[in-house]
Amino acid sequence: MTSETSEIRPAVVFDNVSKAFGSKQILRDISFAVPAGRALCILGRSGTGKSVTLKLLMSLIKPDHGKIWVEGDEITRLNEAGLSKVRRKMGFLFQDAALFDSLTLYENLALPLHRLTTKSQDEIDATIDNVLSQVGLAGDKQKMPVSLSGGMRKRAGLARALVLEPRILLADEPSSGLDRITAAEIDELLIRQKTQHQTTVMVVTHDVHGARSVGDLFAVFDKGSLAAFGAAAEVEQSENETARRLISEY
Amino acid sequence: MIELIEFIGSVSRFGFRVIVDSLRRPFEGAQIMRQVAEVGYRSLPLVIASGFALGTVMTLHTRNTLVTFGASSMIPTVQALAFFLEIGPLVAGLLLAGRVGSGIGAVLANMRATEQIDGIESLSIDSFKFLVVPRVAACVVALPLLTLFMDFSGLLGGFLSEFFSSHIAFHLYISRAFSNMSWSNFIAPTLKTAVFGFIIGVVSSFFGYTTNEGAQGVGKAATRSVVFSSLLIILADVILIKLIFFAFPENAL
Repeated sequence: MTSETSEIRPAVVFDNVSKAFGSKQILRDISFAVPAGRALCILGRSGTGKSVTLKLLMSLIKPDHGKIWVEGDEITRLNEAGLSKVRRKMGFLFQDAALFDSLTLYENLALPLHRLTTKSQDEIDATIDNVLSQVGLAGDKQKMPVSLSGGMRKRAGLARALVLEPRILLADEPSSGLDRITAAEIDELLIRQKTQHQTTVMVVTHDVHGARSVGDLFAVFDKGSLAAFGAAAEVEQSENETARRLISEY
Repeated sequence: MIELIEFIGSVSRFGFRVIVDSLRRPFEGAQIMRQVAEVGYRSLPLVIASGFALGTVMTLHTRNTLVTFGASSMIPTVQALAFFLEIGPLVAGLLLAGRVGSGIGAVLANMRATEQIDGIESLSIDSFKFLVVPRVAACVVALPLLTLFMDFSGLLGGFLSEFFSSHIAFHLYISRAFSNMSWSNFIAPTLKTAVFGFIIGVVSSFFGYTTNEGAQGVGKAATRSVVFSSLLIILADVILIKLIFFAFPENAL
């Protein structure tokens, strides 16, 4: 961790993190820090470890080397109980939403509220109604995930990620498979979450246009390494050609 | 050979974790009830129909032989002993391995492939305890109950078959059926199916929960769940019968 990042007390820090699956090296000595309340968009070609980065942050997989901090907690050293507390601070929008297909939309959102909070049934109902109205699904709470369209599933996944009021929101390709208008709606929700609730947002995306509207910072991954990191203007001036090309493709 | 030992070790460790986690809070009562309904209630028609058909066919096969030896009065006894001691528990176990084992394997593998299991973990919920433990518990609870339905529907099938041949009265059939039965003939073989249920739950959950082959892994998990559950049930049956004979020597007829 650099002295600069420790001074600004970042929400997320990656310090020389490496990860391999079998003989394939996915991430190589990745280091960066995301200040609290800011949005980082991770860009890069397919298979460069962008989604793996989010899963490492959520401790769904473990790094081979390096350390990861979330709001001051070094998650690479925590046991399951400690990880559970850290995960409680984060919400994760998966690429395909990952809604539980045996539960209705309401039940998908109620599950974590019932298990992780002391809210009464009325409070839970009010929370769910509030979150669903934010994402424009207020009238769909009794629907099963299979009956939702792609855009609705993404918004439902976002609602589930937000229902516990996370301080850090992770989104894995939130606009993939969506038309431009629906993708813009999702981006708008992410921006609103950042500005109204000061949530730290980390987005993995191939949509550079959306990334530039959501992100304050940009990380470009190339062949498992961090090719460029910084504000859009800094990445545009990067020495790495892939980074320059990616950030300009909109 | 090393792969086989690794596999046995992994499944054993998985099964041990199920036992440990089932004793830890929260106890997932609602999830267990949901799974009992899925595993037990929805398997009931298959078990009853199979038991009835097996009972009917078995009486048709054994009747001629027993009549030839002048032992037609033994037909209900043979039917009851065969069903309560072996056919009911084993066939119920194998039926459940097919219907439920494949279902558990496929559902969990699909949840893994579609990141639903990661989704549960991301919500600070222990996915193993939430998904695996209730399914294994449901199999352990449901299989002995399903075995009872299998036993009695087999007896009913046998009675109807015999009734159309000899017009035997129902109370006489039942009286002869249980004349040589002791409680140990009934309780031990029925309870051994709880072990079959544990095998089905653990093996099929293992293949579903630990798969990492995406959508392709769903079919593989379902097939492997049925094949390995069935094989292990038959193997466990041999061992459990020996143990039952050791504990209840009067059962060794």
